[in-house]
Amino acid sequence: MILGIDTSLGTAVAVVEHDGVVRSQVESVDPRGHAEVIGSLIERALAEASLTAGDITHVAAGMGPGPFTGLRVGIAAARAFALGRGIPVVPVVSHDAVAIELLLHDALTGGLDRDGLPFAVVTDARRREFAYSVYRGLDDDGLPVRIAEPALAPRDDLDAALARDGVVRRDADRVPGALLALCAARALAAGRVIASSDALYLRSPDVTPPAARKRVGT
Amino acid sequence: MNRSEPLILGIETSCDETGIGIVRGRTLLSNTIASSMDEHARYGGVVPEVAARAHLEALEPAIHAALAESRVALADIDAVAVTSGPGLAGALMVGVGAAKALAVSLDRPLYAVNHLVGHIAADILDPDAPPLEYPTVALLVSGGHTSLLLVRDLTSDVVLLGETVDDAAGEAFDKVARLLGLPYPGGPEIDRAAVTGDPDAIRFPRGLSRPGDMASHRYDFSFSGLKTAVARWVEQREAAGEPIPVPDVAASFREAVVDVLVTKALAACRDYGVPRLLLGGGVIANRRLRDVALERAAAEGVTVRIPPLSLCTDNGAMIAALASELVMSGRPPSTLEFGADSTLPVTEIQVAEAVA
Ligand SMILES: [Zn+2]
Repeated sequence: MILGIDTSLGTAVAVVEHDGVVRSQVESVDPRGHAEVIGSLIERALAEASLTAGDITHVAAGMGPGPFTGLRVGIAAARAFALGRGIPVVPVVSHDAVAIELLLHDALTGGLDRDGLPFAVVTDARRREFAYSVYRGLDDDGLPVRIAEPALAPRDDLDAALARDGVVRRDADRVPGALLALCAARALAAGRVIASSDALYLRSPDVTPPAARKRVGT
Repeated sequence: MNRSEPLILGIETSCDETGIGIVRGRTLLSNTIASSMDEHARYGGVVPEVAARAHLEALEPAIHAALAESRVALADIDAVAVTSGPGLAGALMVGVGAAKALAVSLDRPLYAVNHLVGHIAADILDPDAPPLEYPTVALLVSGGHTSLLLVRDLTSDVVLLGETVDDAAGEAFDKVARLLGLPYPGGPEIDRAAVTGDPDAIRFPRGLSRPGDMASHRYDFSFSGLKTAVARWVEQREAAGEPIPVPDVAASFREAVVDVLVTKALAACRDYGVPRLLLGGGVIANRRLRDVALERAAAEGVTVRIPPLSLCTDNGAMIAALASELVMSGRPPSTLEFGADSTLPVTEIQVAEAVA
């Protein structure tokens, strides 16, 4: 039983069985306020799945990309929940959850995947930038094939860059918690590690080394 | 829940120290601190994003270390405690997110508490100290805060008498150290430089201490004018082509900070008829501050309490200790409906307390 937690955009929590059956999925779309809602959403996800914390065997953590302040809340929560139960954390690239949702949906409706076109999952990275990752289809383990790792692009430049490579743009404003957990389930079934356990900040911290001493005048 | 001697795990991430504390009742079992101070040194001050990133990476190892030192398992914990504020918002959120998830996963109550009141609670963990008597005046001095409090009861009645209107005292030490060409953090460096200096060599201003200030800012502090005065003094010397007597500047600057801190704290003791003063916060590690406070308090018949220095800097043990007091006094836990509050007022000792 996998608990999925992602705070790379809003706050998404879900419980999914290892075979992919979704037991619960709750979320807050507020792009801020992750710390406020994270505890209650975990509680609700467990309650709606009629489970207790002790039933969870793995925690899927959305590692981003996403604005750092919010992103960290979910990763901290995922790690702490796992620590409390002595169970492993399965890191997942947050865009993978969006990609698998699009691919599964397209497979049902005969959309994008039929053409095998690469597509980019695009999310807001603030500061006039987008975060994007490029995918093409599902592999034999049922996981989305990431053909370009998460990166940042200025908002005005993204379309041209994607068009150049023939990549279709797919914007997302939420990360589906259940599909994040599904990615973890499929990774576990295949015995694969699909993401680093480091947060995908994509930016260095904003710091400016101290300037030379300013004169205060005499 | 065990309310007579609860086993509490406290999480503190308000600034640059990732603190995990474990206490049983009033007994300290672990005070584990992972500091990101070295990462901030090259910037001359705490960089919030650097601190927040460091918290995320330090939390889990620090919890493991604290449990190992305490020889307890997470399953034994009666309640989780966390700092809700005040502090750096992004840093606080890491602790809040972790504490909530830990509490839910352990199915244990969560106590969200005030960092400043936690500094006072640190004193309770001193096994050699007699019980804390009320009321007491508390002076909390660190790189992040400079506050004067009146504590009538640790768990229910703490009021703010005054605080800094600009820089925290610790920040002033960092900034003056920088302009004297000394490294970060400035406190110990200024202290070292001041050893051979004359504290009366230069008369630097005492902020908010003029009769006019005393009406509206009797217990408030200001250190930015002092910092500017030091800078101006140094510049004038440089302009005149004279060498800077760093020891004298350091000693005189430190004396100005210490003087105003102690003067205002003792004024509060006098005004409120409280012959007790508790010192807390990282700057209390400054020997001169402790010595002057002890000497002048003794002259006025005021008893000074200073928690062990390892509990004066930001730490999780003080957060656990405060929660332990709340549990022992029968208070209900916090709900999960709270966030990080960077400006949490000191009167909010516990945040989001459930309706009993
Ligand atoms: Zn502090």
